Amino acid sequence: MTPPPFSGFNGFNAVEAILVIPAAGAILLALLPGYRLGARINVVASLLTFLTAASLLARRPEIGLYLQVDDLSIVFVVLNTFVGLTASVFSASYIAHEIDVGRITERRLRLYHAMYQVLMFAMNLALTSNNLGLMWVAIEVATLTTVLMVALYRTHEAIEAAWKYFILGSVGIALALFGTILVYVAARPVVGQGLQGMVWTVLMRHAAGFDPALLNVAFVFLLLGYGTKVGLAPLHAWLPDAHAEGPTPISAVLSGLLLNVALYAVLRFKLLLAAAPAALAPGPLMVALGLMSVLFAGLMLYRRRDIKRFFAYSSIEHMGVIVFAFGMGGPLANFAGLLHMTMHSLTKSAIFYTVGHIAQVKGSQRMADIRGLTITHPVLGWTLVAGVIAIAGLPPFGIFTSEFLVISSTFARQPALAVALVAGIVVAFGALLLRVQGLAFGDPSPGSEPDGASYLPIFAHLGLVLCAGLFLPAIVVAWFQHVARLLG
Amino acid sequence: MSGIAFDVAHLLAGSLVLVSFMLIYQDRLTAMINVFTLQAVVLALAVSWQAYVQDAPHLYVTAAIALVFKAVVIPTALHRIIRRLGIHREIETVVGVGPTMLGGIGLVALSLVVMLKVAHEADRLAREDLAFALSVVLLGLLIMVTRRNAVSLIIGFMSLENGLVLAATGAKGMPLAVEFSVAFSVLIAFIVIGVFLFRIRERFETVDISALDRFREQRE
Repeated sequence: MTPPPFSGFNGFNAVEAILVIPAAGAILLALLPGYRLGARINVVASLLTFLTAASLLARRPEIGLYLQVDDLSIVFVVLNTFVGLTASVFSASYIAHEIDVGRITERRLRLYHAMYQVLMFAMNLALTSNNLGLMWVAIEVATLTTVLMVALYRTHEAIEAAWKYFILGSVGIALALFGTILVYVAARPVVGQGLQGMVWTVLMRHAAGFDPALLNVAFVFLLLGYGTKVGLAPLHAWLPDAHAEGPTPISAVLSGLLLNVALYAVLRFKLLLAAAPAALAPGPLMVALGLMSVLFAGLMLYRRRDIKRFFAYSSIEHMGVIVFAFGMGGPLANFAGLLHMTMHSLTKSAIFYTVGHIAQVKGSQRMADIRGLTITHPVLGWTLVAGVIAIAGLPPFGIFTSEFLVISSTFARQPALAVALVAGIVVAFGALLLRVQGLAFGDPSPGSEPDGASYLPIFAHLGLVLCAGLFLPAIVVAWFQHVARLLG
Repeated sequence: MSGIAFDVAHLLAGSLVLVSFMLIYQDRLTAMINVFTLQAVVLALAVSWQAYVQDAPHLYVTAAIALVFKAVVIPTALHRIIRRLGIHREIETVVGVGPTMLGGIGLVALSLVVMLKVAHEADRLAREDLAFALSVVLLGLLIMVTRRNAVSLIIGFMSLENGLVLAATGAKGMPLAVEFSVAFSVLIAFIVIGVFLFRIRERFETVDISALDRFREQRE
């Protein structure tokens, strides 16, 4: 039941288009001077990419040797391009301020804008590739571009963060490549030599015949390798620094998207192992890493003094919850994992947009310098409060729904694990409420300037999360349920 | 595969592990770079042999990349960097040479046990190649964790990557093997340029990464 091929404009099909548009955008942005024009082109390119990605919901091109969009990847692609669009809108207002205060030069912004589109290209390629090797190369490119963006400010801290990210990320993708090679070696006796041995759809069909022991070793390498990019404890060391020192739009894209892309890679390989019944069950490993991340990040949240670093640890916690849910498996936990991933992407990027503006109006990222926001900047202050309520998992926001589903589905099967998970979530919850109180209320801190913030992306994200918490449309539920069943 | 082809492949892959061990106990940066050059040459030979045996001409490209890029360009650049930084002195290792060597032997034993047990279905050459490759990868990781200097960190990473190239070329008919080595070369070039740029911009007095940690502690 292959859907009919879809011929879009210029003879590209929609999957190729979501790669070609950012690639063309990157070239254009690298050539054209002027940051205002650059910011606009960035938004337009992201909008076109999102619209094309949304068209994939209606019609999908047939699966090729290199590219494919299936029921699983389409969730990621649509989410990826949507947050990419809102982040580009936020970025336009954010960098205008950075130029005004002279933190960054116009020449460097050109690099930034070009890299933004290269990153979108690489992430879309990773999500739509039908080839293990291509996906690996795409994730490597995404790593390289984000390293350049994290180092954008050229401060000691930014270069340190970029260096750390670079080294840990490189080791991570090196381990992932070793895992990829092992998968090929396992597949070769069954599917034969050459390109076929790296094509997802071919591998999935024949997975039952692969050498299970080899697949097991491969999965360990892949989980550690791509898990480094997901930011799972104890491989997370790069994540808080990279989030704190780079430009805030990139923090939002890292947390909201790049972690998901790495997670997608892990899920793909989990599916492969699930299709080979003799191989080990990948679930327990993922559950262990996920739980460790939740507990660790929950405790570490209390010691943070930098606001972006603080929310970066919160991302580690939530990625832990998501990996835990997918590790538990089964239709309900997978559904909860997917929902949680979507909700976390939307909420966390909205929080980073807000935090970006807050750091600009207060002129500092130190939490001690940010007090009484609801008095000096009511909109930003209350938006932050709403965002933190959402990310802490309180009703009526969507994260409450997804966390509740994760916990309740775990209670039914492994009560002990559920207790540990709840403990981690509650610890993180305490830290979030404790901190937001100081940030949003009390005596206002000085140093406020008028702010020219763009609220549209923030409200759009939080609005969606709120809608999902109050009422999840039946069509979305059916769609996620279908994907959850595929994930096994 | 005939006896002699197998033996030569075996010999070259084994030499790669041996050179990794030599990297572990070098205590001067200059010597370390030279040993790495040797490893790159051995890798180029191993890959060329695989290209010849498997009758896969594209692997000669990978061998050429290893030879030109890793045995000539990168060592030259690194020699220039350390000369400019004036760090011909000894490199401080976190752990002593003795324990590191023992750790290395343990890692090689581990990879042999894992790979030889696991991959019975793969043919003998692929299996033993994988075991050697995994040893080189793990030894590279070991070098990375026991050194503090940024240049020796790069060398550790590159020797880790040599293991990956060995694995990729040893797996018969592996697609994209050339592309992988190109992708990694880009990555390494970025790292080297990064370290070089730090120095030019004089952001750091030293490329010792423990200095980086100090910045972090001050801030947090």
